[in-house]
Amino acid sequence: MAFLQLQGVSMGYGPASRRTEVLADIDLEIEEGEFVAIVGYSGSGKTTLMSILAGLLRPESGKVLFDGQDTPGPGPDRGLVFQNYSLLPWLTVYENVALAVDQVFPKLSDAERRQHTDRFVAMVNLTPARDKRPHELSGGMRQRVSVARTLSMQPKVLLLDEPLGALDALTRATLQDEISRIRLAEKQTVVLITNDPDEAILLADRVIPLTAGPRATLGPSIPVILPQPRDRRTLHQSYDFKQIRQEVIGYLLKATSRHRTTLSRSLVLPDVEPEDITHHSQRFFGSGRRARRPSELKTETVEVEL
Amino acid sequence: MKNQWHRFDFILLPVLGGIFILLLWHISSHTWSGDLPDPAKTWHESKPYVLDPWGKRGELDQGILRFTLLSLGLVAKGYAIALILGTPIGFCLGLSPTFTKIFDPIIQILRPVSPLAWLPLGMVLFAKIKGINITEIAALFTIALCSMWPTVLNTAVGVRAIPTDYLNVARVLKLSRWKTLTRVMIPATLPYMFTGFRLSLGIAWLVIVAAEMLTGRPGVGGFLWQQYNALVYEQIILCILTIGGTGFILDRLMSVIERRFKTA
Ligand SMILES: Nc1ncnc2c1ncn2[C@@H]1O[C@H](COP(=O)(O)OP(=O)(O)O)[C@@H](O)[C@H]1O
Ligand SMILES: [Mg+2]
Repeated sequence: MAFLQLQGVSMGYGPASRRTEVLADIDLEIEEGEFVAIVGYSGSGKTTLMSILAGLLRPESGKVLFDGQDTPGPGPDRGLVFQNYSLLPWLTVYENVALAVDQVFPKLSDAERRQHTDRFVAMVNLTPARDKRPHELSGGMRQRVSVARTLSMQPKVLLLDEPLGALDALTRATLQDEISRIRLAEKQTVVLITNDPDEAILLADRVIPLTAGPRATLGPSIPVILPQPRDRRTLHQSYDFKQIRQEVIGYLLKATSRHRTTLSRSLVLPDVEPEDITHHSQRFFGSGRRARRPSELKTETVEVEL
Repeated sequence: MKNQWHRFDFILLPVLGGIFILLLWHISSHTWSGDLPDPAKTWHESKPYVLDPWGKRGELDQGILRFTLLSLGLVAKGYAIALILGTPIGFCLGLSPTFTKIFDPIIQILRPVSPLAWLPLGMVLFAKIKGINITEIAALFTIALCSMWPTVLNTAVGVRAIPTDYLNVARVLKLSRWKTLTRVMIPATLPYMFTGFRLSLGIAWLVIVAAEMLTGRPGVGGFLWQQYNALVYEQIILCILTIGGTGFILDRLMSVIERRFKTA
């Protein structure tokens, strides 16, 4: 049986009158030691999916199985790195990590806990900033504190919710390398949610597309058969990389266009506007169509996303 | 040349305002308001109280700082009661919609009641309890009841405004209820709580004057009322200035504290 598993999970928000169906029929299996990336549009329900995996939200239907337990509540064994870092602003870097360490390892001595906390602050290269408050840190540093806090709990699975989404490209690249290094060193099970297919392919063993909402669902999982650790500079030239990228993006685009339909409706407009100059000019370019008034347009076709 | 003057604006302009009011006061006392002592007379009669601020010649004849300290002492006690009761009530309101539904209407009705109305109730309420100073207890009751509301309401708003993410952090860490309260909820609410504390202190200081007047307790307000009843009008203005100045200083002190917690 898989280590972390979703079976037929559906989720929506709001009462029946103002309902948004967010996720529908999600099936997912993650094995121990695997790095799975889920790629999807923003607003499609990625954070909702992650909250369900972390146990913060209970799915409206379907099952979450984790390490043999049926739909367990949240806990430190599923370490979630929040999309917006969620550091406690009144605590320093060290204290934010220590809060987690003190809670998860109550049996260790004070000295051991201090040492453990320091180790994880050092792991994300934040020892020089250990006594700073979050508002004194850059976005990338805050994200690293958030990662350190979660890793320090030594979770069985690491859940990363668009961890690098708010960062600039250079910081993002550095942190991608850090995540990759930590993951390989600790043989950590990781679920990464991202809106960047390149990031997913760079880091993951398997990429799963999440279609656009409402009623977003997971597509087929696409294995990334490239050796780890991967080098972003050579990766982009690799034929396999391009192939996988094509497959992921192609699936997302296709799934989205299926959602699109067209709506036609008749328009009744008063005949008070002048002739449309833009249409008039067509005459000079050989179409021969006479100029027309906007009020002559009797129907309108718009593309809508459902 | 012009810029030279602008540099002293911060002191010159307020002084100008003061002179204007003094002038208005002087003219009023010599024209349409015959009973109002003019500034010079007021100062002359107030001198003993100001120049010997710690003097004590009788229960209601003491130096002005001595009176202020007496009033402040009473305010401190009433204010402490208000905070000790108001903060937990605010937390309950913020945490529990049921609690809010039960008590919010009552709070909304009690909140606008004037201290002048609470004080007689306090006197009646504690009249049968032996071994207490009834006027002091009634005054404390009034101060606490009137000044509690900003603390209650701001704390409740602060608790409701705690970001869900902070609570989710507590859930992922499996913090106990007690630890969630002390390590996450209280720190997250502190800025709101301190805004409430500052407003409450302002009200407590407003109420003290009324409470002292009604009970005749020694203090700035009691002194003011006694002098008025004795037809000695010179010290009324001294008392008003003292009350205003003290209130201003208290408010400044509280905003300094409040700002420290805002950045947290
Ligand atoms: N607590 C909530 N209440 C109501 N609607 C929500 C809530 N959280 C998210 N949604 C809606 O669910 C959809 C998916 O949100 P989210 O999971 O945050 O998407 P993503 O993380 O992919 O950007 C959005 O349309 C959002 O408006
Ligand atoms: Mg999100």
